[in-house]
Amino acid sequence: MKALLRPRVKTVVLAALVILLAIVPLLGNMYYTSVLIVIGIHAMVAVGLCLLIGYTGQVSLGHAAFYGLGAYIAAVLSTTYHINPWLAMVLAVAATAVFAFAIGFPIFRLRGNYLAMATLGLGIIIWILFREVEGVTGGQVGFSNIAAPSIGGFAFTSDFRFYYLVWGFCLAVMVACQNIVNSRIGRAMRAIRDSESASQSLGISSVLVKSKILALSAACAALAGSLYAYYVGFIDPGPFGFLFSVRLVVMAVVGGLASIWGAIFGAATVRLMTEFLHPFGDIDVVLFGLILIVVMILSPQGVTRGLADLWRRVSRRLVRQAR
Amino acid sequence: MRRVVFIALALILIAGIMPLTACGGGETTEEYKIGAVLSLSGHGSSLGEPEKQTLEMLEDEINSRGGIDVKIIIYDTESDSTTGITATKRLIEQDNVLAVIGGTTSGVTLAMLDTIAEAEVPLVSLAAADDIIQPVEDRYWVFKTPQTNTQVVERLYQHLQSEGISEIAIISATDAFGAQGLAALQGNAAAWGMTLVADETFDPDDTDMTTQLTKIKGLTPEAVVCWGTNKGSSVVAKNMKTLGMEMPLLMSHGIANMDFIDAAGDAAEGVIFPVGKLPVAELLPDSDPQKDVLLEYKSDFEALYGEGSADTFGGHAWDAFMLITNAIQDLVDAGQEVTHATIRDELESAHLVGISGVFNMSATDHLGLTGDALTLVEIVDGEWTVAGQ
Amino acid sequence: MATWQLVQYVVTGITVGSIYAIVGLGFTIIYSVTGIINFAQGEFVMLGGMIAFSLIGLGLPVPIALILSIGLVTIIGVIFNLVAIRPARRASTITLIIITIGGALLIRAIAGLGWGRGAVPLPSWTGDEPLSFLGAYVMPQSLWVMGTTVVLMVAFYLLLNRTLVGKALKAAAINRRAAALVGIDARTMSMISFGLAAAMGAIGGIVIAPISYASYDMGVMLGLKGFVAAAMGGFTGVWGVFLGGLGLGLAESLAAGYISSAYKDAIALVFLFAVLLIRSRRLLAGEEGT
Repeated sequence: MKALLRPRVKTVVLAALVILLAIVPLLGNMYYTSVLIVIGIHAMVAVGLCLLIGYTGQVSLGHAAFYGLGAYIAAVLSTTYHINPWLAMVLAVAATAVFAFAIGFPIFRLRGNYLAMATLGLGIIIWILFREVEGVTGGQVGFSNIAAPSIGGFAFTSDFRFYYLVWGFCLAVMVACQNIVNSRIGRAMRAIRDSESASQSLGISSVLVKSKILALSAACAALAGSLYAYYVGFIDPGPFGFLFSVRLVVMAVVGGLASIWGAIFGAATVRLMTEFLHPFGDIDVVLFGLILIVVMILSPQGVTRGLADLWRRVSRRLVRQAR
Repeated sequence: MRRVVFIALALILIAGIMPLTACGGGETTEEYKIGAVLSLSGHGSSLGEPEKQTLEMLEDEINSRGGIDVKIIIYDTESDSTTGITATKRLIEQDNVLAVIGGTTSGVTLAMLDTIAEAEVPLVSLAAADDIIQPVEDRYWVFKTPQTNTQVVERLYQHLQSEGISEIAIISATDAFGAQGLAALQGNAAAWGMTLVADETFDPDDTDMTTQLTKIKGLTPEAVVCWGTNKGSSVVAKNMKTLGMEMPLLMSHGIANMDFIDAAGDAAEGVIFPVGKLPVAELLPDSDPQKDVLLEYKSDFEALYGEGSADTFGGHAWDAFMLITNAIQDLVDAGQEVTHATIRDELESAHLVGISGVFNMSATDHLGLTGDALTLVEIVDGEWTVAGQ
Repeated sequence: MATWQLVQYVVTGITVGSIYAIVGLGFTIIYSVTGIINFAQGEFVMLGGMIAFSLIGLGLPVPIALILSIGLVTIIGVIFNLVAIRPARRASTITLIIITIGGALLIRAIAGLGWGRGAVPLPSWTGDEPLSFLGAYVMPQSLWVMGTTVVLMVAFYLLLNRTLVGKALKAAAINRRAAALVGIDARTMSMISFGLAAAMGAIGGIVIAPISYASYDMGVMLGLKGFVAAAMGGFTGVWGVFLGGLGLGLAESLAAGYISSAYKDAIALVFLFAVLLIRSRRLLAGEEGT
């Protein structure tokens, strides 16, 4: 009986979530709306990282760079070159994905610590480029007056409209990633994570698969980045550096390293911690550090998996006691 | 699967927490709320901290004086644009502030502008960039209190010109502050007859600029201009001393607090920089309209926070606070309604003898300061004195 | 292209490079014994400088403050190992990477809250009067940096190869189980390596801080560049780290001097990629870098 109920429960709960999300902007509270917009954007970047870490067993400490590439490419194409913002976004995502795929080949010849440092270095180099190629990016002074996308005469300029745009994309990305994970590529991804040499003996080229995943996660990040650029209308290298890359890792850890929907939870937790701890200065970073340490010691699969496992054990014990 | 259910439930739970951020409704009698978004952490924090302290000090002062009651609500932007935007929206939406002071840095301020324009709430910024208030037609709700980089650069070039110096080397920080300063230095060079023989940059967190200065030394400029905030600039000063570079060293208003002198030690000797009049308040002639205001701020601030702690960044916050509260007071006295729009209108016609200068706001000038808000300060014996005396 | 400029660049390069070598040595010590890359290494350097500053501020005589600072940072390193590393010693590489990153975040954020964000000065060991050398100027503190680095390199080499503890450390690095069979506890070795690395970092911090300043975030870039130096040394060799650090420092200095200062930090990263590329070939043949 329970087995029959489970998929329905999942659908019901997810539907409730979607409805809740849809209602929020109707409350007319610009603060809630904007915080959720930010969470939605960050979740899109985080899900790519979750997939990368969780399914390939590799880590990226420079993921903010892909986020930034999406933002800058979309901003420059749409504002300096007057390309339609939607097209600019598509181009930004495509260019970033291709770049990530190409860079995957040399990078994935490395493992473990060396790979982590390579991604760290890559992230920093790209950030330096954002800062130094002033003619294009505006450098540290920033890039202003970024155009907003529109459909027909309907322009996405207000928080209200942008909210639906962002969450529409976010949910679509989640569903797409879920499908990929359940597909043939997903199985290959898991095979590589579980045993690289075994999967190689079966003819799966690990570097190729990993590069594809990197490209996917970069595409998600770039999509989020272009939405960010359109949302704020102003970008500078600030949000795209090492600090944000680390924050993404915190989001992934909290959300669950192989989890897709957990990325939303991770992004929400990190963002809300920052919002709540406003009056106390940098305490949120202290907590992030603690979270990283404690979670990885106790539950290396991430918070949601750990808590879900805990829940399962507790509920099983309660059921047993009830009998 | 179970995990998805758990996640979804957790998110729904979180949704329930959001309303906790709303400030508890019951307000006391006529308390005027002013919001502030400041960099209390991140790279702008050395500026944000004195700004916060100033606002808190003034809040106590104005409330103990009788008359209008003011509540200041301060949020940390973490020197991050995204956090700055959500903090601003929180102030406007949840806390119902009448006006916003901030951001501390130009990047965050520029990111906030759309929100301000859409919400139609007056903003008084504490950041330097020119385009915070320009073009004025697009900045209806936005004002600022720090002098523009152009004004600072012009004061500096004016001094160099009067000393007969025309060949200068620039070394600037790669952060936003340095980049803006560099742009202003380059843009105004020709007008003042300045030739830039070198244009070096340094990372503000770097601990050694000897290499860049060695390069500059080889080009034998008549003077070196360094544009950055405390940390990096103190190293530039120290390195120049080590390399035996004797030519005049001029800096920006970014070093206008005691931390620079502490960090640079002897190397700070002889450094000249343009800044608002606060550091040399005691040395001003009695006829200067700002003198009393400056001395009072200095003594009040230092009584609370320690000797030598008052700086111009806190001063910008003082100006912003006074502009807004004066506007509120004037409206109350005239029996007018205190709304976002009426405060904005009052601000646009404001006249204030402030810390950063004497302000005369107008519809075409949302800063209201002229070049003589700045004075040239020289560091002698670890103290600030007026240059040329 | 004057000679004195070249000399000046070289002096700067060697000074800065020496610090990279000291930080890199810290990475190497921990990696060679435990296989862990300690992302918090740069923070040990920062703590050395900041704690020394506080102790001096409390009125302690400078030499005592410096030594006490090294001791305290060593203890912090050991605590970090016991609390964060030991419970996770069987975990995967990424887990450990994330843990040490968390540690770095934690230490840095607490330092920022405790000491504020400003720069704090430390007194030079023998004064600030620059010495003249072939037309270039050298700070006495720079000589201290270079000297300290050489002493540390030699000391560590001797420790590893001539003392019992050193041999035990090496044994644990080579084969944990075999070492356990002869009574060498890998966990204790891990703790010792963290303590040594922390001490090393602290020494680096107190010797370099007088040249510029100490601040809560000075560990970030130093950590990265120290890592590059260690990578160049293959994470196992003392002399590799030494030469790697010096090489990096010189390359940065010369590139900034003769090409452009804007991309100074990028130099370290280019080196990093070059090293990783070269090492990756070796990795495919043998161990995994994990």
